Amino acid sequence: MDAAVKRFFDSDLWFSFTRSPVTVVSAIVAAVCILGAVFAPWIAPHNPFDLASLNLSDAFKPPAWSEDGAREYVLGTDDQGRDVLSAIMYGARVSLLVGLSATIFATLLGVTLGLLAGYVGGALDSLLMRICDIQLTFPSILVALLVDGVVRAALPREVHAEIALFVVIFAIGISEWPKFARTVRGSTLVERNKEYVQAAVRIMVSHVLPNVLGPVLVVATLNLGLAILSEATLSFLGVGVPPTQPSLGTLIRIGNDFLFSGEWWITIFPGVALIMMVLSVNLLGDWLRDALNPKLR
Amino acid sequence: MFAFVVSRIFQALPVLLAVALISFAMFAYVGDPVAIMLGQDYTQAQRDALVSDLGLDKPFWVQFATFIGNAVQGEFGLSYRLSRPVADLIAERAPATLELAFTAAVLALAVGVPMGVYTGLYRNSWLSRFFLTFSLVGVSLPTFLIGILLILVFAVWLGWLPSFGRGDTVKLGWWSTGFLTWSGVKALVLPAITLGLFQLTLIMRLVRAEMMEVLRTDYIKFARARGLPNRAVHFGHALKNTMVPVITIVGLQLGAIIAFAIVTETVFQWPGMGLLFIQSVGAADIPVMSAYLLLIALVFVTINLIVDLLYYAVDPRLRIGRGKGGH
Repeated sequence: MDAAVKRFFDSDLWFSFTRSPVTVVSAIVAAVCILGAVFAPWIAPHNPFDLASLNLSDAFKPPAWSEDGAREYVLGTDDQGRDVLSAIMYGARVSLLVGLSATIFATLLGVTLGLLAGYVGGALDSLLMRICDIQLTFPSILVALLVDGVVRAALPREVHAEIALFVVIFAIGISEWPKFARTVRGSTLVERNKEYVQAAVRIMVSHVLPNVLGPVLVVATLNLGLAILSEATLSFLGVGVPPTQPSLGTLIRIGNDFLFSGEWWITIFPGVALIMMVLSVNLLGDWLRDALNPKLR
Repeated sequence: MFAFVVSRIFQALPVLLAVALISFAMFAYVGDPVAIMLGQDYTQAQRDALVSDLGLDKPFWVQFATFIGNAVQGEFGLSYRLSRPVADLIAERAPATLELAFTAAVLALAVGVPMGVYTGLYRNSWLSRFFLTFSLVGVSLPTFLIGILLILVFAVWLGWLPSFGRGDTVKLGWWSTGFLTWSGVKALVLPAITLGLFQLTLIMRLVRAEMMEVLRTDYIKFARARGLPNRAVHFGHALKNTMVPVITIVGLQLGAIIAFAIVTETVFQWPGMGLLFIQSVGAADIPVMSAYLLLIALVFVTINLIVDLLYYAVDPRLRIGRGKGGH
């Protein structure tokens, strides 16, 4: 164990990490966002879903540093007296959950199909790549919207309300698989022609897969930010996660209604949280891409 | 030239057919159109009559061919939500979306290209650094947040510009335009900035990178050696040669502009096709969704075709015997 830890701290990856202040800062911001989201039920100052603790007389409190602010509501409260900071922490939980699940789903689907396309080749390859081409013609958010709309139409309303979270994960995952499939297919083609693969047939999973995982990891990290943004956009448009499980996008949509009466904090703070989360993940992804790219070393 | 155009059109057709198939499958298999049209009470005989009236008992391929035939004539049936012909709904809203997308694209090009040239030429000036920082913001902010921030600053705090709708419009035949009234132009400002900002920063970064690349080449050094003025070198020689990648990206981004118009239109309650589409997704209004899908596919394919033709015009290597050159 100690040896493994030591090897990690001696690695090129760790060295390039410590050499980039931007990356270290984004790692810290990302860690704060993720920890705050994961441990929200234990560390959030209030429980925004506990109706008993809500008090309408606390509604529309501005942030603590302004004149009318209350110290117990650091970032102010919304129309029902919910603490905005706690709502953000719970919302980030949903955003992260959906973003991560969608990315994992897209990775699994894309890696499987990409491996198949690259390894089997022939008609299957052309068919899959043709589908990728067609889908990549359209922006991923449009594909996600469409899949969401079709599933919404195909299912009865009650069933849909129950599984809405999975529908969003599915829709975003479907909208992003072609990037993974293409990356993996490209690397698979390279690996397949190497002699160690030609020596045996049942080697796809045990030997080709590990060699294509590096690029996949980079695409996945960069896609996580995109998936979180897609979810936020869908929820902002009102077709994302159900209102009973508000994500950051839902909070922004709800807060948007109060923009004109001057209660800007209800929508701006969830927006800031979203940007911090996405930006830090993206910067980490950029760094990972450069660090894992042997050409740039 | 002619053969090139024809071959490109034949490459585009399968994409359109595939999208048409998806949109037809949505029509045919999602939800039950017969039940929707008949309402609550009906007999089996009524149902059978309607099914054969609508041709739903015919084989799949016959139905698909009929669907294509109707689609070519702009016939997509009635919207489930509004009970009006889908074609009318889309025709009513198309001008709003097209004017918005056009303004955003012009804004992105007219501001993005000069900014890119400037930052490429004067890499270390403080203005270049400012532009680059600004572009980082443009790339990382999601569209709807840009819209919300602009509304907060310019509509709520300063009260300079309207935050929703199109203002007054003027009818030119069936086309309603907001360009000709003061309130229409004012209403266009914030949505166009929201929609164009991402593209603007993208174009700026691209032009900057290309300029820096081109300025290092020998023919630029030679042009300088010939004693040409900076203006001629920068704009006549350098900028002209950055245009191929710029055209590709701008072409592809036009599609993205239309897709993100959905978001912008929602933020600003802009009465365009995007708002119609998002309302249809919320209400599971399949005819509108499938018509919109086909329309968008057509737009994308057309844009790709135009981009290919522009290559042809911009890059002389493509004209003299394709395949022989370095590319």
